[in-house]
Amino acid sequence: MASGFSDYLRRDLLLAYRRRGEAASPLVFFIMVSTLIPLGISPESARLAEIASGIIWVMALLATLLSTDGLFASDYQDGSLEQLLISPQMLAMPVLGKITAHWMVTGLPLTLASPLLGVMLSLPEEGYVPMVVSLALGTGCLSLIGAVGAALTVSLRKGGLLLSLLVMPLYMPVIIFGSATVQSAIDGFAWSGPLAILGAMLAAAIALCPLAAAGGLRLTSIN
Amino acid sequence: MPNTPLLTVERLLFERDDCNVFEQIDLEVGRGEIVQIEGPNGSGKTTLMRLFTTALQPTSGNIRYAGQAIDLCRYEYLSDILYVGHQPGVKMTLTAEENLRWMAADCSNSAQDALAAVGLAGYADIPCYNLSAGQHRRVALARLLMTNAKLWYLDEPFTAIDKQGVSFLESCMRDHIRRGGAVVLSTHQDLTIDGVRKCIIVPHGDQGGF
Repeated sequence: MASGFSDYLRRDLLLAYRRRGEAASPLVFFIMVSTLIPLGISPESARLAEIASGIIWVMALLATLLSTDGLFASDYQDGSLEQLLISPQMLAMPVLGKITAHWMVTGLPLTLASPLLGVMLSLPEEGYVPMVVSLALGTGCLSLIGAVGAALTVSLRKGGLLLSLLVMPLYMPVIIFGSATVQSAIDGFAWSGPLAILGAMLAAAIALCPLAAAGGLRLTSIN
Repeated sequence: MPNTPLLTVERLLFERDDCNVFEQIDLEVGRGEIVQIEGPNGSGKTTLMRLFTTALQPTSGNIRYAGQAIDLCRYEYLSDILYVGHQPGVKMTLTAEENLRWMAADCSNSAQDALAAVGLAGYADIPCYNLSAGQHRRVALARLLMTNAKLWYLDEPFTAIDKQGVSFLESCMRDHIRRGGAVVLSTHQDLTIDGVRKCIIVPHGDQGGF
């Protein structure tokens, strides 16, 4: 049984490719909701510019949260998770592979689509680069943290609500420093500070979250 | 040590909700043996299988592989076993061949040949959601032809499989024990293989019934 990092990365990308419609839904959600904001609040660019960075970050967070649910669910249902759990290799590597695939299918497209939404929400010019960079790092954090929650709730039939409650507090620092990066750039301050903290969070999450998620999966298999 | 049994189970107990699932189990499985685990529904056959595959940890008792406790030779043990459970572990959106390649990546045998042997020739490129339940089972069981594992754990392998499939599966098991492997399977069906040993599971606190 294949169980390295790259094997699972490739397999999950292939699975996502086969179910393109489902895989694209976080991105569609992200774009659709952000389009509604000017309609609901005001099309005036001065007012939109004030809230643009926050809106984009909140939407990116919610879009990621929507999709974390399914990270291990289908593997759990069809029995391949059980096979993964009894494979001889270290569990954290395939888990990291799955998380990376999840990020490439959700976080990365969100990051790439964000400049478009920036235009729609009249984000000030100085905000674009910090927004793309902070979203790239931040969505990575979101996928990694979400995986821990998804692993813990995988055996529950309706784990969606519990998952949100579990990971929401851990998502907060990410959104605080993420939108702070964009906001400092817009206000004309140096934005490397909050971005560095975001990078540090990502580094810590890469090191710890796969281990925690692997532990969570082992726990759920006991029942 | 050719005489050490492949699998030794000593005084195995498993508690769920502070209650033993089954009465204490002692079992030895040697090379070239088939052991059939029998017991009424809900007696803990699947639980026992999952204990064997380390997906569950026993409450008390030991499981040894070739004389060594499985916690001490975890990598070796897990590399040498093959488990086919209730859920076949077949991905619906992948084709039969992709599934098999994935499940048996470390094997050099051709996935095409294995699929042909289980009667799925010509289905290799079809996504599994177009196959029937029995055919999913067959995809999972094609793994038996693509493995070097010594110890097979088959949990209800005959579910949803037709008569031809059953006799094919039995011939697979025969070949496997001839090569010195061992099979532990749970089924309610009687096998036509000679020398199958039975291990009866007694549910805890069983009052007879029926």
